[in-house]
Amino acid sequence: MTPHSIAEQIRDKFPEDVLEIVEFRSQVAIVIKKERLKEIMSLLHMHSDYSFDYLVDLCGVDYMNKKSPRFEVVYHLFSIKHRHFLRVRVQVDEDNPTVGTVTDIWKGADWHERECFDMYGIRFEGHPDLRRILMPEDWEGHPLRKDYPLKSDLGDLEWKGYRDLIEFSEKARQYEVR
Amino acid sequence: MKDALRHRELTLNMGPQHPATHGVLRLVLEIDGETVVKCTPYVGYLHRGTEKLCEHRTYLSALPLMDRLDYISSMANDVGYCVAVERLFGIEPPQRAKFIRSMVCEMTRISSHILWLGTHALDIGAMTVFLYAFREREWIMDLFEMLCGARLTVSYPRIGGVRNDVSQEFLDSLYDFCEEFPSRIEEYETLIDQNRIWLQRTKGIGVISAEEAVNWGFTGPTLRGSGVDYDVRKYFPYDAYDQVEFDVPVGKEGDVYARYRCRMEELRQSVRIIKQCIEKLPKGPIMAPDAPKFTLPPKDKVLKDMEAMIHHFVMLTKGPITAPVGEIYSSVEVPKGELGFYIVSDGSGRPYRLRLRSPSFVHVSALPRLCVGSLVADVIANIGTIDVVLGECDR
Amino acid sequence: MIDIVRLHIGELAFNIVIILIKTAIVFGVAMLHVAYATYFERKVIGHMQVRLGPMRVGYHGLLQPIADGLKAFFKEDIIPSGADRPVFVVAPLIAMFATISSLSVIPFFDGFVIADINVGLLFIFAMSSLGAYGIVMAGWASNSKFSFLGGLRSSAQVVSYEIAMGLSLVGVMLMAGSLNLSEIVKAQQGYWHGMFLIPQFIAFFIFTVGMFAETNRAPFDLPEAESELVAGYFVEYSGMRFAFFFLAEYVGMIVMSSISVICFWGGWTLPPFLVNALPFLGEIPGIVIFMLKLYFHIFLFYWVRATLPRYRYDQLMSLGWKVLIPLALVNIVVTSVVKFFL
Repeated sequence: MTPHSIAEQIRDKFPEDVLEIVEFRSQVAIVIKKERLKEIMSLLHMHSDYSFDYLVDLCGVDYMNKKSPRFEVVYHLFSIKHRHFLRVRVQVDEDNPTVGTVTDIWKGADWHERECFDMYGIRFEGHPDLRRILMPEDWEGHPLRKDYPLKSDLGDLEWKGYRDLIEFSEKARQYEVR
Repeated sequence: MKDALRHRELTLNMGPQHPATHGVLRLVLEIDGETVVKCTPYVGYLHRGTEKLCEHRTYLSALPLMDRLDYISSMANDVGYCVAVERLFGIEPPQRAKFIRSMVCEMTRISSHILWLGTHALDIGAMTVFLYAFREREWIMDLFEMLCGARLTVSYPRIGGVRNDVSQEFLDSLYDFCEEFPSRIEEYETLIDQNRIWLQRTKGIGVISAEEAVNWGFTGPTLRGSGVDYDVRKYFPYDAYDQVEFDVPVGKEGDVYARYRCRMEELRQSVRIIKQCIEKLPKGPIMAPDAPKFTLPPKDKVLKDMEAMIHHFVMLTKGPITAPVGEIYSSVEVPKGELGFYIVSDGSGRPYRLRLRSPSFVHVSALPRLCVGSLVADVIANIGTIDVVLGECDR
Repeated sequence: MIDIVRLHIGELAFNIVIILIKTAIVFGVAMLHVAYATYFERKVIGHMQVRLGPMRVGYHGLLQPIADGLKAFFKEDIIPSGADRPVFVVAPLIAMFATISSLSVIPFFDGFVIADINVGLLFIFAMSSLGAYGIVMAGWASNSKFSFLGGLRSSAQVVSYEIAMGLSLVGVMLMAGSLNLSEIVKAQQGYWHGMFLIPQFIAFFIFTVGMFAETNRAPFDLPEAESELVAGYFVEYSGMRFAFFFLAEYVGMIVMSSISVICFWGGWTLPPFLVNALPFLGEIPGIVIFMLKLYFHIFLFYWVRATLPRYRYDQLMSLGWKVLIPLALVNIVVTSVVKFFL
């Protein structure tokens, strides 16, 4: 089955949830609302015509000021059996950035969802252990959001671990040989 | 009395600094005697914010950041990025460039696999293989230096082709390497392949079935050891891989030994590919014809020709202004697995979102699944077999 | 002249002086050997790994052990906080003294033993068991989980393989009829091949494997596996204390190799058939022959370390208990039966 026909079939089965089907450079993306995400994903995983057994990637994108809702969680699915590739984009708004987890369908989604939470602040309901993964545990803020600065001049609002390090190096300067 | 005899598990912290964790990986193990009851990996010690940085750089200047992901096999990362951007823009690099890129990708695959072999054997105790492996790796590093001047973090592939052409001297040296290397592979195998201790340390360890491996998102030799023949070079061919013949080795049992055999066979297949690339290398340009629109023009033209100078200036400040609006997912087979690039472009010269799907990230997440229930010494074997590089895991 | 000295100071004092001189010689030579054993290990393993080993300190790195010794002497002595101080300090001393005192019963050539006791072999095993105390104490006192694990593993390993080794040597004792090490060497001259290696090849095999396990060397070096426990039970030791542990390990190697040479290779003698065929070989001093055989054994240690991976802990223990001990028992039974009927 071609990815386009799969997308059409999904739209037929879930007419209110599928907002758009986008095709660019022969890759098909379905844009859906987040309410019935789990059902759609289960269908894509289990149904023998689709059997998307391999979750390639799960990431977030921040479309701040470009469009609303602000966030999108993008799932890339591939079926090793049938060799078709599909992208599913779920729209997540800023006020309630939560979406259902797919860790019970694909175990590999576990850390991808943690990273999405860490970088964007999108919470995944039902995730077994949602906490920061790449940033330190006590970090504040979500770095990959568009309103998060690239370089920080936060001064006293800087992360405590960094402030401690600066303090320590100042104290260690007394041992320097001049 | 019962309280006095109550026993708990011992919590062992294999900290970020440890000889066997291949970088800054931190594992907190709870062990009951010698058996691992719980294993929690902590990553993020090497997080450098690559994705955020790329959003503020043009497509061209984001290229050196890609080298530093999996710094062991930097050519493959660059090729992956270039292939992704070319697919997004709709550019086709010339044939010569394709063959050269496949060639260096396979060289880097050999380099990465022999480093893996050396460190894996060193962790399990066979120290000598490590030194033999580095002898070959030095040879490949010298070849890279001959080609582009850098040994480790090359930025040789460019969007639309490669940076400079290969000399005949390089091709001759590379051919000599390919002639000599299979005997070296046999040398490594003599030391460990049928060694009883090695077999006892690797057979039946870290077993994972094919369905579970796919469900966890494994790729590369880690997946192929379990019997799934998914290889991006065959499923989504890029560069010259559809014009050369090679086999993809697939294991059966899904244990450490099967993955080890997969990688050893891949070494031989890489030599085969490189030889075919050298023989079939066509003559021609190394950069796509409409190159000035998305990559820097050659320096001598810049200093003489007005248009080239304008292109150069625009390219460095604004980036390729002919970028389309859209998104693409493109992946390549790096030595560790499948490295995926998801690029969202908004028409400006900078990527709006550049997402890197790294194989090591997924593999480290599955370490608890492989380690729980086995002994402490097997944790080391498991870390070795999934072949992680923390630079790629943390980005 | 010696008789004049003996008459002058009396029998007892004379004996004591002789023992002191012998001790000084043996100790000095053993320490020199240990120092250069470390140097040769690095050189030999280096050459096996296509590299050169130490080359800078002195001609071809020959002064390297002296540099290492000086460094260990001058390094800061760090004791981890929370460590059990008396035990921490005593552990390396116990390990070292237990192994060095085993040197006192080894006959290096005809007539040269510091203490020619009738239970020489038993003494050596007693001493190596005491050495295990040093390991356990080091592992415990360091207040670090890694060293604790290493100490546990090592003590269990040493104890198990000691049993196997002891049982394997019972075959040699049966054939020689004595526990006195000089007697064992002389008993081997009764055969044309001059070694107990050939009739007792099973015992030799068990002893060699046990030799590697006793001294915590590859392939049984899991307690100090660099890639897992980062030096195991002596990870928290620095400076001179670390040097003591190192010394204990290499002296253990030398002692075990000496036992192997004495019990299986004929000690300081050459096989009779060889001496009969080429009489000039009888002129070679016994010490030279002993040293050559000893060097071969030490080379074997290095060779095995460079080549083999290491065993996992449970495989190591099952090898010791399920393979070696039954084999040793079988060897004892077969030897006694054969000896009874011959």
